Amino acid sequence: MNIRENLFELSETAGASGNEQNVSEKALEILRKYCPDAEIVNGNVTGRFGIRNENLPELVLDAHIDQIGFIVSYITEDGFIKTGNLGGIDRRLLPAQPVVIHGKSDVKGVICSIPPHLSDSNSVPSINDVAIDTGLTKSELEEIISLGDTITFDVKCRQLLNNRVTGGAFDDRSGITAVLYALDLLRQSDKPLKYNVTVIFSVQEELGERGAKIGAFAINPDVALAVDVSFAHATGENEMKCGKLGKGAMIGISPSLSRRISDELIDTAKKNNIPYQIEVMNGLTSTNADQYSVSRDGAETCTISIPLRNMHTPVEVIDLDDIRYTGELIYQFIINNS
Amino acid sequence: MKDLLKELCLINSISGDEKNVREVIIGKIKDFCEYTVDPLGNLICFRKGRKNTDKKLMICAHMDEVGFIVTGINPDGTLAFDTVGGIDSVVTIGRPVTVGKNNLNGVVGSTAVHNLSKEKREKAPDVKSLYIDIGAENKEDAEKYVDPGDCVYFVSEFTESGNHIKSKAIDDRAGCAMMIRMIQEQPEYDTWFVFNTQEEIGLRGSRVSAFSIQPDFAIVIEATTASDIDGVSGNKKVCSLGEGGVVSFMDRSTVYDRELYNLAFETARMNNIPCQTKTMIAGGNDAGAIHITGKGIRTIAVSVPCRYLHSASCVINPADFENSYILVKKLTERIQEL
Repeated sequence: MNIRENLFELSETAGASGNEQNVSEKALEILRKYCPDAEIVNGNVTGRFGIRNENLPELVLDAHIDQIGFIVSYITEDGFIKTGNLGGIDRRLLPAQPVVIHGKSDVKGVICSIPPHLSDSNSVPSINDVAIDTGLTKSELEEIISLGDTITFDVKCRQLLNNRVTGGAFDDRSGITAVLYALDLLRQSDKPLKYNVTVIFSVQEELGERGAKIGAFAINPDVALAVDVSFAHATGENEMKCGKLGKGAMIGISPSLSRRISDELIDTAKKNNIPYQIEVMNGLTSTNADQYSVSRDGAETCTISIPLRNMHTPVEVIDLDDIRYTGELIYQFIINNS
Repeated sequence: MKDLLKELCLINSISGDEKNVREVIIGKIKDFCEYTVDPLGNLICFRKGRKNTDKKLMICAHMDEVGFIVTGINPDGTLAFDTVGGIDSVVTIGRPVTVGKNNLNGVVGSTAVHNLSKEKREKAPDVKSLYIDIGAENKEDAEKYVDPGDCVYFVSEFTESGNHIKSKAIDDRAGCAMMIRMIQEQPEYDTWFVFNTQEEIGLRGSRVSAFSIQPDFAIVIEATTASDIDGVSGNKKVCSLGEGGVVSFMDRSTVYDRELYNLAFETARMNNIPCQTKTMIAGGNDAGAIHITGKGIRTIAVSVPCRYLHSASCVINPADFENSYILVKKLTERIQEL
């Protein structure tokens, strides 16, 4: 599997929270190579890998398919589109940012920017101040755009130096790519598995892990791995609280996670010489893990996170090596080597 | 002229680094006129008209665009930079850029919004707190590709939507495109055409080219701030897209020649094309340097109204572009008849 190609294709397909359909269909198509019966269940792309064995525990591999964005809330008389936010937007970078509005067809626009002579020095627009400029009139827009349509940043993925890449929805298409890579390794392997594996690419994580909540209930796993992104260190970030690009998956340790699974992941990484990093949290993880751990009668849950710079911006940066390391770690965790 | 504009806008040439765009322009005008390049890099062209004249008229536009310059390399391989020309930090953060002589892909990163204090989320970042990420692993790695002093350019697609064109560098490749067309089509009277350098860092190229030519009259062709956007009303719009070329009576650097100002509006009326003035004293252009050069030069400026001026997403209406061209062309003839 070509990690870069899959990541770019998935990241350049839009899927803002609540409107993941386009990217879900693309992910489903890829997932079906590994899980032929995969389908979209209440929004979540869900597939079971291999033959079920009644005696094995149920494992869920979760990565969220949605990305942050905006939702069309109003069209003004002058043809500007007003919005609400979908997920945590860094409003500092909105002025003059190019976006795509996903109506009956895609419409390109630019977020309005108040020029310096009119703005009070250093202020950042509130979400209510955000307006999108498309060059179309209100009536032209109404032919194509409806209230409730979603908007994403207009961004192409690009290669940086080394194995690093930049793009707009690596949170969490990187996680999806890592899960797909793990499945690719499983398919090529003849080793027995320690788990019955179910994959779920869940919706609406950025709105509060809503897809994972119903996915966890439906699947009822014994063990769950939430494969997401976390903060990579860069200038201005606290080195003690960040992972490093290219140094491997960040394995979560937290009171809300299963220490047994954390330790097993660490052991697996060590035994197989897979680079890894530890991410210590002090409670909830703000990932889908928070849902799996307390769904129904509970599940042993852990986070595996791909380090990422500039989270929730159109210029997220990751190292492709970390996706590979993450996929390898998941693969080794699942197979029975004894 | 739109294709010409696209070609010019997509060339990377910031202030002090105008060679790339100058060479393309020379290729387009060299068969039509005599030209020289002066010590500051200004491209000075003399175009024989259909008629001789004893009134010396200069038309000019600037070649440089706003951008950034690398000032140092951080230990983690990211680049420290500063702005070249007036660019707000909110249109800098979270943008893709192209770096240096090797045209490396890069992004302007900053601390993730999740890790900012509430106060910092609501405040435009200090440009000095931002960095450019080219994917280098560390300082030594980055030094293989980048040197302090390397230029950095915005990355932007040239797109058309509804009544709008969006691109970087419309300020002032729009003026350059109009002048190329005038040279190619041959003006009515002998005319000096000057493609200036270093406008964005303080009207520097035009100061010496105006001195060299010592014209009796000057017309500056520019792009100027329009803020006819959502939430802005009345005179604060300054000028509006779709209402024609902008001729102002005064801006931050010039009180324009009153007779030429009136002549411009009269010319527009006689030719039945729209023309507007600015409703706030804002902005400035090469006229500021030109009109006080030598013993003084009678100067007027015609500008294309442009939203989000110093960003990667300049937005204009192509009708204004065309109407500004017609206005300048007709005004040229009227000035000769004064």
